[in-house]
Amino acid sequence: MSESLVLKIKGWKDLPIGGVIPEPKTSLYNKTGNWRAITPVLDNKKCIRCLLCWVHCPEPAIIRNEDDSVRIDYDYCKGCGICANVCPVHAIEMRMGEIGNEG
Amino acid sequence: MKGKLVGMNGDRAVAFAAKQAEVDVISAYPITPQTIIVETLAEYVNNGELDAAFIPVESEHSALSAAIGASLSGARVFTATSSQGLALMWEILWIAAGLRTTIVMAMGNRALSPNINIHCSHDDAYAARDTGWLQFFAENVQEAYDLTLMAFRISEDHRVLFPSIVNLDGFILTHALEGLHVLEDEEVKRFLPKKQPVNPIDPEKPMTYGPLDLFDWYMEHKRLQYVSLEATRPVIKEVFEEYGELSGRSYSPVKTFNVEGAEVVLMVLGSSAGTVRYVSRRFAEKGKKVGVVSLTQYRPFPKRELREALKDASVVAVMDRSVSFGSPGAQLFMDVASTLLQAKRNPLLFDVIYGLGGRDFTPVDVEKIVSKAEEVLKKGEAPEEPLWVGVRGEE
Repeated sequence: MSESLVLKIKGWKDLPIGGVIPEPKTSLYNKTGNWRAITPVLDNKKCIRCLLCWVHCPEPAIIRNEDDSVRIDYDYCKGCGICANVCPVHAIEMRMGEIGNEG
Repeated sequence: MKGKLVGMNGDRAVAFAAKQAEVDVISAYPITPQTIIVETLAEYVNNGELDAAFIPVESEHSALSAAIGASLSGARVFTATSSQGLALMWEILWIAAGLRTTIVMAMGNRALSPNINIHCSHDDAYAARDTGWLQFFAENVQEAYDLTLMAFRISEDHRVLFPSIVNLDGFILTHALEGLHVLEDEEVKRFLPKKQPVNPIDPEKPMTYGPLDLFDWYMEHKRLQYVSLEATRPVIKEVFEEYGELSGRSYSPVKTFNVEGAEVVLMVLGSSAGTVRYVSRRFAEKGKKVGVVSLTQYRPFPKRELREALKDASVVAVMDRSVSFGSPGAQLFMDVASTLLQAKRNPLLFDVIYGLGGRDFTPVDVEKIVSKAEEVLKKGEAPEEPLWVGVRGEE
């Protein structure tokens, strides 16, 4: 996308009036993965390709591959843990600490 | 005085102004004493006299919500309410201002329940004081008409972009038939060119309106809104002056009468100003000076002009048509007290509570207030408690 208006905002004087976000797709650079406190770690060997995690992820930060295997998009994963909770074979473990691509 | 002389009550005069302003959208819910305003506008739309969308909604909350959507889409929008209706709109008032809509709303000022009362208090105007709307007070039907027209012009000015409330005292102005001078449609058209919206809703240029805004940017947004509202002051004056030239009726944020050299000054909002001025004139005939200060512009509060108006005063009786329970004074009193304190001016101040729920306010009441003010001046000490005038029972 072209240069973002939003990224040029440094203080209150730069804000557009009415509190609008003046352009779409700001999530492309507003990477919410850095909100995460605990991080899902996927063990691909255990994964049975059921895609329950892909269905349930509210972000969506579970990316579906061609072969129905999945990977986690750490740029947007907020660490809610739903994927680990719905996985029937416990292939996703929630771990503390800095893991993955930190936005 | 320019313009054709007609007879109308306050509600009809406001509706007529909205028609001349060629509003695009009216979104409203009826409530006494403003009902005649929206009824009249419904008639205009139905008769084909006004080409506008009239949105009948199920509540005031919805009335203002729909008005916001319409205003953001670029329309000139009008609504009206009173009392409980304003109370139901309350959370939406903040949104209308924060999103920088240009809605104009007439408020037929009416007391809040309980007990149910349909007559005048200023509770509703005061309840909207912190929400970010501009507010004006009409003293008579002519002013209600004039201020409605000016409110559109002020709100839609790109240096303003805030919604406006035009206050007119319930029944005393909304239902009183008075003579007023109205402008020609063509004159209004020139004074109020088509609205030029800023950041309108447009599928070709998508934007997000009113998004989540946490500790990261909320405070900057409020700072911008604060500074922007402060910056409306000179624009309001400019529009008042321009309208004065157009109509021959001069407007200013603060109206003063006999204040030069007057030790005693009475401050008042709305229709009672005329009564107070009448008494002041009678005192003046007897050689006694009693100053009268009334506000046409209530929000933003005209601090500088008020300090100037009160510069000679030794005692100021601030009259409130409302009670602020548990507060150090009623609402106008608190505004005046902090305005004077900031300027390091300390005339003796006391609060007067009058006219609640449409209680008659007479010249005799004004004389009582003046006597009290003189007593305060003599003693050199202001009472902590407000003076209630026109109430039965012990003082």
